[in-house]
Amino acid sequence: MKMRFLLLFSRQGKLRLQKWFTPLVERERKKVVRDMTLMVLGRPPRSCNFLHWKDLKVVYKRYASLYFCCGLDDKDNELLALEVLHRYVELLDKYFGNVCELDIIFNFEKAYFILDEFLMGGEVQETSKVTVAKSIEASDMLQETMEEYMSKPAF
Amino acid sequence: MPAVSKGDGMRGLAVFISDIRNCKSKEAEIKRINKELANIRSKFKGDKALDGYSKKKYVCKLLFIFLLGHDIDFGHMEAVNLLSSNKYTEKQIGYLFISVLVNSNSDLIRLINNAIKNDLSSRNPTFMNLALHCIANVGSREMAEAFAADIPRILVAGDTMDSVKQSAALCLLRLNRTSPDLVPMGEWTSRVVHLLNDQHLGVVTAATSLITTLAQKNPEEFKTSVSLAVARLSRIVTSASTDLQDYTYYFVPAPWLSVKLLRLLQCYPPPEDAAIRGRLSECLETILNKAQEPPKSKKVQHSNAKNAVLFEAISLIIHHDSEPTLLVRACNQLGQFLQHRETNLRYLALESMCTLASSEFSHEAVKTHIETVINALKTERDVSVRQRAVDLLYAMCDRSNVQQIVAEMLNYLETADYSIREEIVLKVAILAEKYAVDYTWYVDTILNLIRIAGDYVSEEVWYRVIQIVINRDDVQGYAAKTVFEALQAPACHENLVKVGGYILGEFGNLIAGDPRSSPLVQFNLLHSKFHLCSVPSRALLLSTYIKFINLFPEVKGTIQEVLRSDSQLRNADVELQQRAVEYLRLSCIASTDILATVLEEMPPFPERESSILAKLKRKKGPGMVPDIEEGRKDKNVNGGMEPISTNATTKSTPSPSTDLLSLGSSPALSSAPPSSSAGGLLVDVFTENHAPAAPGVPMGPVADDNFSRFVCKNNGVLFENQLVQIGLKSEFRQNLGRMYIFFGNKTSTQFLNFSSSVICQDSLKTQLSIHIKPADPTVDGGAQLQQILNIECVSDFVEAPVLSIQFRYGGTLQNIAVKLPITLNKFFQPTEMTSQDFFQRWKQLSSPQQEVQKIFKAKHSMDTEVTKAKIIGFGVALLDRVDPNPSNFVGAGVIHTKTTQVGCLLRLEPNTQAQMYRLTLRTSRDTVSQRLCELLSDQF
Repeated sequence: MKMRFLLLFSRQGKLRLQKWFTPLVERERKKVVRDMTLMVLGRPPRSCNFLHWKDLKVVYKRYASLYFCCGLDDKDNELLALEVLHRYVELLDKYFGNVCELDIIFNFEKAYFILDEFLMGGEVQETSKVTVAKSIEASDMLQETMEEYMSKPAF
Repeated sequence: MPAVSKGDGMRGLAVFISDIRNCKSKEAEIKRINKELANIRSKFKGDKALDGYSKKKYVCKLLFIFLLGHDIDFGHMEAVNLLSSNKYTEKQIGYLFISVLVNSNSDLIRLINNAIKNDLSSRNPTFMNLALHCIANVGSREMAEAFAADIPRILVAGDTMDSVKQSAALCLLRLNRTSPDLVPMGEWTSRVVHLLNDQHLGVVTAATSLITTLAQKNPEEFKTSVSLAVARLSRIVTSASTDLQDYTYYFVPAPWLSVKLLRLLQCYPPPEDAAIRGRLSECLETILNKAQEPPKSKKVQHSNAKNAVLFEAISLIIHHDSEPTLLVRACNQLGQFLQHRETNLRYLALESMCTLASSEFSHEAVKTHIETVINALKTERDVSVRQRAVDLLYAMCDRSNVQQIVAEMLNYLETADYSIREEIVLKVAILAEKYAVDYTWYVDTILNLIRIAGDYVSEEVWYRVIQIVINRDDVQGYAAKTVFEALQAPACHENLVKVGGYILGEFGNLIAGDPRSSPLVQFNLLHSKFHLCSVPSRALLLSTYIKFINLFPEVKGTIQEVLRSDSQLRNADVELQQRAVEYLRLSCIASTDILATVLEEMPPFPERESSILAKLKRKKGPGMVPDIEEGRKDKNVNGGMEPISTNATTKSTPSPSTDLLSLGSSPALSSAPPSSSAGGLLVDVFTENHAPAAPGVPMGPVADDNFSRFVCKNNGVLFENQLVQIGLKSEFRQNLGRMYIFFGNKTSTQFLNFSSSVICQDSLKTQLSIHIKPADPTVDGGAQLQQILNIECVSDFVEAPVLSIQFRYGGTLQNIAVKLPITLNKFFQPTEMTSQDFFQRWKQLSSPQQEVQKIFKAKHSMDTEVTKAKIIGFGVALLDRVDPNPSNFVGAGVIHTKTTQVGCLLRLEPNTQAQMYRLTLRTSRDTVSQRLCELLSDQF
């Protein structure tokens, strides 16, 4: 698996998460994001989940209001990439409990951390859900009570 | 705002995000952001030291603002401070900020590297993982330099935790992709291979990715991984679905690891050891068998994971291409998927079958699915699936099914999506030509193509049909008859008018006996389209008319009348006007004999690669066309065909021009037979670009065929046609150069009014200054004329100057324009340096704009000595024993211009196995790096 990028965007084309596994300058990133949202959002429902874009394979899937979309090398396995996306959704779900788009907006840093536990450099690092979830839990040891939370300054 | 349920939520951050979401307009959002930025800036600048929590919160807000698409120019220091916090969450935010907003600010990089170094040596696995992730996420050269040596050590150390090993393996993989030269092979490599035996499946998964990447580059060194991978794979595929516990994904045992192992095996040929080979075949059979078993779950995840492994196994079978039974089984399996109710599987089956079609063993098996694929073309709702079906039809096509496939593609073309029409047109044109048994069918097909999708028929396609008709006399009469009939349609495409005009002009006499297509009828038919056509087509038709005068003296009067009309003789377009004037004069003064010589039938075209195929390859990018040429070479024995024109005599000089009819290239004579060039008049009649040029303006296309040959050398022949040969000799020193140009008159007649000039266009005028000494205005037959150019490079440049020459030969004015090979690299002075110096400078030139890299396929054989000679010829010093890998080439030099000097380092890494090169250039100017890379990469 040699994933080049992973994007999460809403049905309105708002980018919610972007992860780049190969260096690209900002201008090119913007172009990729624009092309992906245009292409994917323009697809009729029940189309297949794969596309060709330049020399990349694009794999996407919609979960509720969010599109998960990744770019792969030419030789990569599309079906497995689809399951990478699914496993990521499962991990988010496990962490947030029935994850929704708002969770990812308000806790964007967590969404990045969870992704980092699962993928590295575009390769799957750990496929065991239990192990990934465990290490995310471990990093969340410092839980705080609602009272503590509310007493924090808002600015 | 949702309540933050977990973790250490930051209330201020949540409030801020919620504010942003409530903004009604873009302006309101920007206002709110600016307010926040001001607030954060004042906090960071304030006298009061911020506590870790606040710092974390503000850094996180900055990150959010950046991810919204706004620029962030401060806060980096605070983020770096967070790295050294001993609170995990603060450290984590610090690392996240650094990963997303890397800055090549060198002070900061040093601080970041220090923090990473501390965490790597902390022996705290969570901190180590954070540090490794940061290295992998940033992946810059500085980081690779700082840590490339440590990470292998961490990876193979006995006491490293499993989770750290996983991160280390993938981190190393990432560094290897960006800076392979910095990741040293060594004693650790053999120990990495043994990670395939590790107890922890997560470690094996990560290690397999690393080994696959390393093995692609050094297959020898990782050869032992084959047997280990087969053993591991065999254990997975034979395990019960519960054996692997958490590594079982929806009842599929370790799908990710299985796919990675199968991918690793695709770096190697089939195992030589019979036992291992047998075991692997068993694995592959087991995977194929499992596909027939009833699913263990109805979930799509189950079938996706299972089929992911299956498709990867099929890729391996195709890669080995050695077991006919497996190949045929694979094909049957894909055949089942072609009719699966899941669109994804149909798509992948079509895609995978394309590669299977190129194997000798399975080509026939693939062909049996033709009806299904054609059906897919008609019924699939998704355009990307239909596109794959077109690709597969193209790949499975051979002589036996070409008529059916071409007919279906033409059918589909009528309703095809606009985005893929041009590609289908090219494919139809290629197949029709390549597998044509009957050329009348070929002509029909191309005319149909123009009728159905005329707008998508490129020049190459209609040039090609004319070329073929001219080269095959058995089809000429038919072609004339067919175009004549096709032109009867009230609205026909302009491309048809062009083809029709050309063919009737050459072969209209073959159907003139029939009163329904008498000369006058033919002429009236063509002329009825004249006014609807664009200028180039009208120019072509005028040439047809003069040919008619030669073929059919009886219509001479009618045509002269037309040529004489004001709309021709006074046409606003100079090209049309000139043609009308010249043709009219020619028809009046020339005797029948001269006319017949001048307008003789076109000689056969020399054989070349079909330019349509070249176009398709360009369109798809290298490697994207399932290449029926290369893939199935051996098939030609029992199904292929000989080159199209076996009857074509190759007396004419092969022209290097890819323009088939030479309609667009100025050395007009190159495709005309030398025997008739004595007629002199012929020179101009067939070219479209023969209007006299204003002196000094290069007109029409500029020849640059030999241009790239001069990049690495200074002497040789730059241009040659039937009349003239242009040779060059040049020398360069620092920013100055002198070039001797030799014009050789190859004929026995004098060239008159000879003049030459060098034209620098646009910005080149200020970048190069060139002085040319005027030359004699006459060149005697068989004589040579020498001219000297003095060149000064003022600043770096990209374009090349154009040498434009004019002379009168036998009464006609000749114009030739050639690109002069004065390229930036000519101003190189080689620089010798030691390995240490080299790498120090290399490091200094590390910002992304300074480096240009290109990976490309070798065009010539990869001979070390030739490569060395080319690099030296390029102008740099070839540095020995600088690169740790002896098969790489490293060079250094300085480009001298009047205004500045630009140091340049280059590195060329050949990969003989893949027949690829990687070229990296680093200079202090991005335009220089870019240009040098373009020039040099073209040489290998």
